[in-house]
Amino acid sequence: MIVLYLILLLPSAGMGLLAAMGHRPFAPHLNNLLNASAFVLAVVLAGIALEGGTLISKSRFFLVDSFNVYLIALTALIGLTTSIFSGPYMEHERQQGRLTRRRLKLYYAMYQGFMLAMYLILVSNNLGVLWVAMEGATLATVLLVSLYRTPESVEAAWKYFILCGVGIAQALFGTILLYFAASQVLGAGTDALTWTTLYAHGSELNPTVLKIAFVFLLVGYGTKVGLVPMHNWLPDAHSEGPTPMSAILSGLLLNDALYAIVRCKMVVDQAVSGNLPGYLMMGFGLLSFLVAALFLHRQRDIKRLFSYSSIEHMGTMTFAFGIGTPFSTFAALMHMTVHSLTKSAIFVTVGHASHIAGTQQMDKIRGLIATQSPVGWGLLIGALAIAGFPPFGVFVSEFLVLTATMQTHPWLTLPLLAGLGIAFAGIFRQLHPIVFGKRPEGQTPVKANMIPVFVHLALVLWLGISLPSALANWFDQAAALISGGMPK
Amino acid sequence: MQTLSSLYDQIVFLLAALILFTSFVMLAQTRLISLVNLFALQGLLLAVTTVLVAVVQETAHLLVSAGLTLALKVLLIPGLLHYLILRMELHRTEDPIRRPLGLLLGAASLMVFSYYTILPVVHLSLLATRNLIAASSASFLLGMLLMISHRQAVSQVVGFMTMENALFFLAVVSTYGMPLVVELGIAFDVMVAAVIFGVFFFHIRESIDSLDVDALSALSESTVEEIQQGENLPQGE
Repeated sequence: MIVLYLILLLPSAGMGLLAAMGHRPFAPHLNNLLNASAFVLAVVLAGIALEGGTLISKSRFFLVDSFNVYLIALTALIGLTTSIFSGPYMEHERQQGRLTRRRLKLYYAMYQGFMLAMYLILVSNNLGVLWVAMEGATLATVLLVSLYRTPESVEAAWKYFILCGVGIAQALFGTILLYFAASQVLGAGTDALTWTTLYAHGSELNPTVLKIAFVFLLVGYGTKVGLVPMHNWLPDAHSEGPTPMSAILSGLLLNDALYAIVRCKMVVDQAVSGNLPGYLMMGFGLLSFLVAALFLHRQRDIKRLFSYSSIEHMGTMTFAFGIGTPFSTFAALMHMTVHSLTKSAIFVTVGHASHIAGTQQMDKIRGLIATQSPVGWGLLIGALAIAGFPPFGVFVSEFLVLTATMQTHPWLTLPLLAGLGIAFAGIFRQLHPIVFGKRPEGQTPVKANMIPVFVHLALVLWLGISLPSALANWFDQAAALISGGMPK
Repeated sequence: MQTLSSLYDQIVFLLAALILFTSFVMLAQTRLISLVNLFALQGLLLAVTTVLVAVVQETAHLLVSAGLTLALKVLLIPGLLHYLILRMELHRTEDPIRRPLGLLLGAASLMVFSYYTILPVVHLSLLATRNLIAASSASFLLGMLLMISHRQAVSQVVGFMTMENALFFLAVVSTYGMPLVVELGIAFDVMVAAVIFGVFFFHIRESIDSLDVDALSALSESTVEEIQQGENLPQGE
């Protein structure tokens, strides 16, 4: 448990430290160091959980089980690699005159604040605290979206703030209704919001109230997942904010919001007969998947392209969680992992690519392999992986989702397959000239550290070829827990 | 005791009605200063409700929440908004409503809808909660409608905070408040949000020279031709 407290303590201390000296030249290294230590701690925690099973703190305030333990490690890993990338990237932006040192201070402090919120969302055993942390994540990132202070970025940030603010308010409404239903059974007090208690007493709660609560929770947290039609903030925030921000928003925040929905679904499922929560999630998921796949074809900005791809993949996961069999849940968990790894790698590469070309407009980015081959190859491999090319992990998880759909709702495989094809084409028709085209005059390589990207992509490849037994074991346990087959 | 509790019920109902009423009035309000004042009034009603529930139900931690509400929603946030409005010389700005009749009819139907949704939740608790849940969910939806129908950034913030108020009211009357740690967290988030909103007013004003958020429309999924037309326009227009 001490390890867990340290994981939470580290970013809070880091936030204070970097708020005080984030403008110094060593700030990026300090940020790296903090994230590296958090990563080491997360691995230790995963090891403890692997041996000891579910951990619940004495105050029952924190919970580590097979569902969140690997997400903690994943969060720490992506936090670390993105921070390694962000140091030189932000320095480059500063030299271009887009940022001042004071803004860098804000950036580094809020980076740690965001990481704190992410860890807190994952380990919190209290649905109220989970809500508070989710709102905290919005607050930490909203000023980062407008970091460049261009009219577009201010607009994107305002949209993000208002839409996510309203969304999260609905999630609070849902949480209060859930608490209301629980306090009828368990009595008022912290217990009635403690997830483990709710899960144990789920079947005693009033189904009507829980149904209403779940609709609000799904719409509320779904806004943060980027589910269509509440997705409007996502492409804007991703394209106008600094690239490291896009990487951690796509790789971490969306996952954590979906995690919150699934946690709530686990409680609601027990009280509500029929599969109403599941059908709702399948509907929203499928809609997001299809709409985003079509929108991929209309994008001209490379970061917007990949943010629509994030919506598409989050839709797939929501759909798979909605199906609710252990098998589909397994697929969704695996998709969550490989999507985060791939997408953050892609955003890092896209950051370098837009520095090379000096723009985010896709028709002006050309000939990356000729200019700087690691960046070009990184983008090509990343795009192959995200589009679901075998043998990468995304292919395997998408295949699993398809198989799970085939077992339960065979006729839904058709729109899924069509959507996958459309999305594949949407990414590939843009990518070819960007990577292979002729090198424009005067385009020079930039200083780029591609090691994090290739580490991520290698992991995705590895997960695609053979799933390590520890991870597969966790996925199995978590899938059993989520789909309700686990003894309490 | 019987009369006391029924008196308590009646007062809570009265307060719920008043809060709902302020939401309605805010919806039709075009002057920003009055809007902020109404918001402060709603906050005050909320604080009174909280104190009342705390005293009658003997839940001491609600007194803390009442204090927080008073400090944040009656004094700090309205004060901040007043300061910003004066600082940005918006006190004469009107925030016109395009279709007042449609808006108010829409608001009324939202209320009916809230009652309709809550209808199946019968005899859940000893509290006469059903009406209160319906009233606060209506007030919540009205806050959202306020955000949609008004175009000044200040009105949107007030709409957002009204939604927060409705949620808080729901938590207080239906469950005697959330656990203290959650409430402190929520209050902290609201406070930070208010400060960030303030910062944003300056950013928005810097970039579009007003606080009319309708002008924030550069980012949208427009067709390629539209974008090209946009690019042909001289910059800075």
